[in-house]
Amino acid sequence: MSARVDVRKTYKLYIGGKFPRSESGRSYEVLAAPTGRRATPRFLANAAMGSRKDARDAVVAARKAQPGWAGATAYNRGQVLYRVAEVMEGRRAQLVQDVRDSEGLTPARAEAVVSAAIDRWVWYAGWADKYAQVLGGLNPVAGPYFDISAPEPTGVVAVLAPQASSLLGLVSVVAPVVVSGNTCVVLASEERPLPAIDLAECLATSDVPGGVVNVVTGRTAEVAPWLASHRDVNAIDLTGAADAAGVEWGDLELAAAENLKRVLRPGGSGPEAVEPDFDAVPDLRRLTAFLETKTVWHPKGR
Amino acid sequence: MPTFEYAPAPESRAVVDIASSHGLFIGGEFVEATGGKPFKTLNPATEEVLSEVSEASADDVDAAVRAARTAYTRVWSRMSGADRGKYLYRIARIIQERARELAVLETLDNGKPIKESRDVDIPLVAAHFFYHAGWADKLSYAALGENPRPVGVVGQVIPWNFPLLMLAWKVAPALACGNTVVLKPAETTPLTALLFAEICQQAELPPGVVNIVTGAGTTGQAIVDHPGIDKLAFTGSTGVGKMIARSIAGTRKKATLELGGKGANIIFDDAPVDQAVEGIVNGIFFNQGHVCCAGSRILVQENVADEVVRRLKRRLTTLRIGDPMDKNTDVGAINSRAQLQRIEEMTAAGSQEGAERWDSGCELPSTGYWFRPTVFTDVSQSHRIAQEEIFGPVVSVLTFRTPGEAVAKANNTPYGLSAGIWTEKGSRILWMADQLRAGVVWANTFNKFDPTSPFGGYKESGYGREGGRHGLEAYVKTGSEQ
Repeated sequence: MSARVDVRKTYKLYIGGKFPRSESGRSYEVLAAPTGRRATPRFLANAAMGSRKDARDAVVAARKAQPGWAGATAYNRGQVLYRVAEVMEGRRAQLVQDVRDSEGLTPARAEAVVSAAIDRWVWYAGWADKYAQVLGGLNPVAGPYFDISAPEPTGVVAVLAPQASSLLGLVSVVAPVVVSGNTCVVLASEERPLPAIDLAECLATSDVPGGVVNVVTGRTAEVAPWLASHRDVNAIDLTGAADAAGVEWGDLELAAAENLKRVLRPGGSGPEAVEPDFDAVPDLRRLTAFLETKTVWHPKGR
Repeated sequence: MPTFEYAPAPESRAVVDIASSHGLFIGGEFVEATGGKPFKTLNPATEEVLSEVSEASADDVDAAVRAARTAYTRVWSRMSGADRGKYLYRIARIIQERARELAVLETLDNGKPIKESRDVDIPLVAAHFFYHAGWADKLSYAALGENPRPVGVVGQVIPWNFPLLMLAWKVAPALACGNTVVLKPAETTPLTALLFAEICQQAELPPGVVNIVTGAGTTGQAIVDHPGIDKLAFTGSTGVGKMIARSIAGTRKKATLELGGKGANIIFDDAPVDQAVEGIVNGIFFNQGHVCCAGSRILVQENVADEVVRRLKRRLTTLRIGDPMDKNTDVGAINSRAQLQRIEEMTAAGSQEGAERWDSGCELPSTGYWFRPTVFTDVSQSHRIAQEEIFGPVVSVLTFRTPGEAVAKANNTPYGLSAGIWTEKGSRILWMADQLRAGVVWANTFNKFDPTSPFGGYKESGYGREGGRHGLEAYVKTGSEQ
C-alpha cells in the first residue's frame, strides 16, 4: 500500500468574481507558522504576488460592482451575507486547516477561531436591514419641512487586512465594509494569505456578486501605497498597517489626504499601531466609518 | 418694467460700541498678544477701518491650548452634563438678548445684508446653543455607542462667510459633549467672535472653556500643529482642508472638515417655475453667494431652459444691491478685496472659455467691494466656472434632457456637499435624492438650515457632519476608544 499523492491547491487572486493569476506572473512562498518542533519552516504554497496593476484592476471591478450592490435591498444584502456564513460552515475543515497552518494554532483554538469568524458574518448580516434605522431618522426642524437623514455607503473601500488574525480579523474588517453597500479591495495578510483565498472561494460560491469583495495577495508595502493614493478609492481601512513589513501608516494616511479619503486608522493610541483583539464583540464603529449621512429636505404644505 | 424705488431704511449702528483694538481671549480674560503683528478689520461695504485685532503667535496659541487643557481637566470634563447644559442655555439667552447688537456687528464686519444677519444668522446661532444645551445631559441616549465621553481640547478654525453661525456650529456641540475649545475666527471677520467672548464672561462660563485667538493662516496652522490639540474642526476651502488632513496624518488627532462645494440645482420641466426661480436666487445670491453649499450650477431641463433663464434674469433686475445696513438690501458687499479679485478672475475665465455672461447692470456703490449678480449660460461641464468653487454671486447654467443625464452631470465634480431638485413628481424626487452624491439634498427648496439637521459633505467636500445627533459623533469617544 502506498500513500496517495495529494492534489494540491493553486492560490490565485480574486478580482471581479474571478480567480486570475497576478498579471505580473510573480508569486511568493508562504510558510507555515513555526510551531517549535520543526527546525526549518514548512512550505505551504506559492501565493500570487499581486502588483500595482492587479490592485488597479481590483478597484475597477469594485467600482463597477458598487452601484448594484448598494442598490440591492437591505434584506437581500443581509441574506447574501448570511449565505456566506452557510458556505463557510460547509468548508469548515479546510478553513480550520489553513488557519492552523497560518497562525500556528492548536486544533481546538483553530476550530474556535473559525466558529467566531462564521458567527461574525452572521452578526453583521443581521445589521444589514437595521443600521439605517439606528443611525438615521427624521430631524425635527423648526419649520414646515420633511427632513430626513439616512446613512449611505461611501463607495469603494480599500482594506488592509490584519496581518496576524488571518481569518477572524479578515472577516471582522470586510463584513462591516460591505454590509452597507460598499465594495472593497482587500489586501490580504502578507505572511498569512491562504485563509483570505479560502474566504474568496466561499464568497465566489455564495451569492455575493463578483467585484463586491476583491482579494489581492502580495507585499503590503508594495501595493498599499497605490490603494492609498488611488483617486477612485473613497476610503481606506489601515488596520493591517500594524505589523506590516516596511509600512508606516502615517505615510498611507498622508497619501489618502489627496482626495480626502475617509481613513480608519489602525488600533493603538500613539504613533505605534497595534492589531485589535478580534475576539471581542464588535460595536458599530467599523460600520459607521464607511458611511455618509445624506439629509433630504422637502416642504410640507397643502 | 417699472421698478419701485424704496426709501432708505438704514439700521442704526448705535447699538454697537466697537473698541479700537482687541486682545486675545485666553483663560477667561482678554490678554495682549505676544509678538504677532496687529491687523485691521474693515467694513467691506465702505472700506472703513472698524478695529485693530491682535495676531496670535504660536506662543499665544500654546497659552490658549494650556488654558483649555486646565479648564478641561479641572472643571469642564468633570462637571455634570446638566450643569454644562445650563451654561449653554445661559449663552443662548444672552445671544437672544443681544441679538440686535450681534446682527449689526456681523453686518458691519462681514458685509452681509442686515436682514440676513438679523433674520437668519443670529436666530440660528441662538437655536444652536439651545439645541445642544439639551444634549449635554442626554448623550447616553444619542446612540453614539457605549459610555460617551469628551475627546479633550478641540481646535476650531472657521471661515468669514457666516462668522458667528460657524462659531455656534463648532462651539455648541463641543461644549455640550464636555470638550474645551481654542477657536480662531477668520481674519476678515473676527469681531462677533470677540463679542461672543464677552458673552461667555457674562454667562460666567468657567475660564479657559472657550478661548478665542485671532489671526490668519499662520495662527490657524499653529492650532493644527499644536500637540496639545486632540481634535480639529475646520470649515473652509478644500485646499486648506487637504493641508490639515496632511498635517495630522500619522498622528492621533481627529478632524472634521466642512469644505467647498459646487452644488447642482436641478430644474425639471414640470417644476413650478416661479418657485424654482426663487429657489435659484436663494441658492446662489443669498449671502452674496459666499455659501459653501450654494447652488452655483443650475442644471435645467432643455425644453424649459430659455424660459427659466428669462425669468431668472428678470428677477435679478429686481434685486437691490448696496448698503448692507439698509433693511431693504438683498445683496450686500463682497467680504474682502481678495475675494472680489478671485470672483473677477473666475468670471473672466468663464468669458474666455466661451460661456455667455450676463449681469443686471445695476449701479454699485463707489467705495467698498461689490459684484453684480451674474449668470453664465452656454456653460459646458469642462469650464472652470462649472467645476471650481467661485464663492460669489455667480451662477452657471447647464442643460440636460433626462433624469439620468441630470444625475451624471450633478455628480461630475470632486465635490459632494449639496444639491437641489425642482419637480412636482414625488417619485422622481426620491429617486434623484438617492442618486445624488451630496450630503444635503433640498427638494423644492434650497439653503435651509436647522440645528437638528445634520450637514456635511461627500467626496472632497470633507468628512463628518455638523448638527443633529450626527454632529455629536465628532465630539465624543465611546466604548474602549482611547
